[in-house]
Amino acid sequence: MSHPLAVKTENLGRIYKIRNNRKEKQRELVALENVNLEIREGELFGLLGPNGAGKTTLIKILTTLLAPTSGKAWVAGLDVTRQPAEVRKRINMVSGGETSGYGLLTVRENLWMFAQFYGIPSAEANRRIKKLAEIVGIADRLNTKSSDLSTGLRQKMNIIRGFLTDPEVLFLDEPTLGLDVGASRDVRSFIRRWMDENPHRTLLLTTHYMVEADELCDRVAIINQGRVLACDTPAHLKQNLRHEVFFQVWVVAPHLLEDFAFLQINGVKHFHQSPEEDSLRLDITLEEEAVLSEVINELTAQSARILRLEKREPTLEDVFVQLVGQRMEEVENVAVPAD
Amino acid sequence: MSQFPPIEIKRSGWQLFLMTVIGRSYPRVVGMQRERSWLFFDVFLPLLSVAAYVFVYRAIGAPEDYVGFVVVGGAMTAFWMNVLWSMSSQLYWEKEQGNLALYIISPAPMMAILLGMAVGGLFATLLRAIAIIAVGSLIFNVTYAVSSFWQLIAVFSLSMVALYGLGMMSASVFLLLSREAWHLANLAMEPVYLVSGMYFPVKNLGFWAAAAASVIPLTLGLDAMRQLVFASGPTLGFLSVETEILILIILSVVFVTSARYLLAYVERLAVREGRLTENRR
Ligand SMILES: Nc1ncnc2c1ncn2[C@@H]1O[C@H](COP(=O)(O)OP(=O)(O)OP(=O)(O)O)[C@@H](O)[C@H]1O
Ligand SMILES: [Mg+2]
Repeated sequence: MSHPLAVKTENLGRIYKIRNNRKEKQRELVALENVNLEIREGELFGLLGPNGAGKTTLIKILTTLLAPTSGKAWVAGLDVTRQPAEVRKRINMVSGGETSGYGLLTVRENLWMFAQFYGIPSAEANRRIKKLAEIVGIADRLNTKSSDLSTGLRQKMNIIRGFLTDPEVLFLDEPTLGLDVGASRDVRSFIRRWMDENPHRTLLLTTHYMVEADELCDRVAIINQGRVLACDTPAHLKQNLRHEVFFQVWVVAPHLLEDFAFLQINGVKHFHQSPEEDSLRLDITLEEEAVLSEVINELTAQSARILRLEKREPTLEDVFVQLVGQRMEEVENVAVPAD
Repeated sequence: MSQFPPIEIKRSGWQLFLMTVIGRSYPRVVGMQRERSWLFFDVFLPLLSVAAYVFVYRAIGAPEDYVGFVVVGGAMTAFWMNVLWSMSSQLYWEKEQGNLALYIISPAPMMAILLGMAVGGLFATLLRAIAIIAVGSLIFNVTYAVSSFWQLIAVFSLSMVALYGLGMMSASVFLLLSREAWHLANLAMEPVYLVSGMYFPVKNLGFWAAAAASVIPLTLGLDAMRQLVFASGPTLGFLSVETEILILIILSVVFVTSARYLLAYVERLAVREGRLTENRR
């Protein structure tokens, strides 16, 4: 095989049965539906989608924590439901905001403990812990009790735990969740380095940060409501939008603008306003540049004064909008199911 | 040059099993002694309830060996507390913390994780029990008359295997109960004090009640130990030490074997129903 598959799913689906209290009737929630993915060995693959899209559910199935209700999945060529023990030798997983380990133990001790569960001899484990800690920038905290760590430092410890066992396939579920800009950058550059170093490593990460998926991933699957809507390299995904024009406009207006009036203009594909500190930011997608003049007319009609206007390159956010019809944050604000 | 060369050796089989036991026992063997407050909570407080019984027994003029009974009972109570709070309900806490998922996805066998928990808990509790016996015997002037040292070792070890086996077994059950686990542990605490005869000879319960209480390994273990270390022990004993040893062996085998099968069953069930991770995710 020239390109062995690190991950493959075939019509994968998961339905949760939920019941909020004893009296209520059981409902079914489709968390994943008909997911077909193929991730090659050596790929850094991103799953991008809003809250509740099914990203974590997919990761749980691939890491043998959850059985699918339909379809099949393979990791490193092994069936996750039939050969979980074999799969487990080859994987590891880190989730954002994880509170794993024991607070009474130091960072080093916690990491050493997890290495034991993978059969890594202590000397080797300690050597790797030290090296990884230096790279991630918590070498001076190895002897701190993990209960005394800040959220960011704790997440760095978790990240080390994932890489420590040198898995063939590593799953990172929102690895930069809750990290500040600097720390996120550190983590991303480390992930890239680790991948570049050995062509046999495969990494699947989920995120709902567009930039993270765009900058980091070789290929991205966009997932919403349990379905994969598109799967390609970030460049290709964005290339599909090459006929469209994207503008960002900052305006001052007496009140929120009437979206409707803009969407009625022929050639306006998408219009979204978000209030910023002392202006309104408008994200506008046009079929062609010529439509801009009509948009400006409408702005004037609604007494909005333009502060700044920028033409910009399409982003994965635009790809998402094209596929779903809404921005990711809009989807997230609406689709909060009552728990 | 490569910063992260592949790991040359990853152990498997029995070596991995052993490493896992050591790894998982470490937080209890080392971590639990790190904060000195355990001396107060785990030694001084139990001694207070021991003292209460001692004063009552002395006030009503009970035989002096009863004082020793209570001290030994107080020490053994520590093991019951440990099994209840740090074994049975442990997997549930591990799930809430996010550790359980990491144990499951690792190549380590879950039995080794549970055994590590048990070994670590046993060690930490042994320290506490020894402290309680030492201080209690000193304060209340307990005199021991050990009749068979080897039988004593055997009885103690078997009680521990059976007790922690019970803990391993119930850990899987508690895992499925999720939130109710805490209440259940609470519920199991007090009645066991009564029926297992922590503070009085279990014989006093009458034959059938004592026989029923014997399902809890602590009951027979404690009864046999008292027979072996106190002069008046044999007259107050429930069954003969030999019979009690035999029953403890049976209990050990039953609990540890059931733990193994139950754990596998619960894991399969939880994977199917999506119950291995905390509810928020
Ligand atoms: N154990 C469960 N029982 C019932 N429903 C669940 C369970 N876990 C997840 N769900 C539901 O399944 C859907 C997908 O959830 P999932 O956690 O996979 O989404 P996600 O893409 O990871 O979202 P987020 O970005 O918020 O982490 C959601 O609607 C969620 O409420
Ligand atoms: Mg998630």
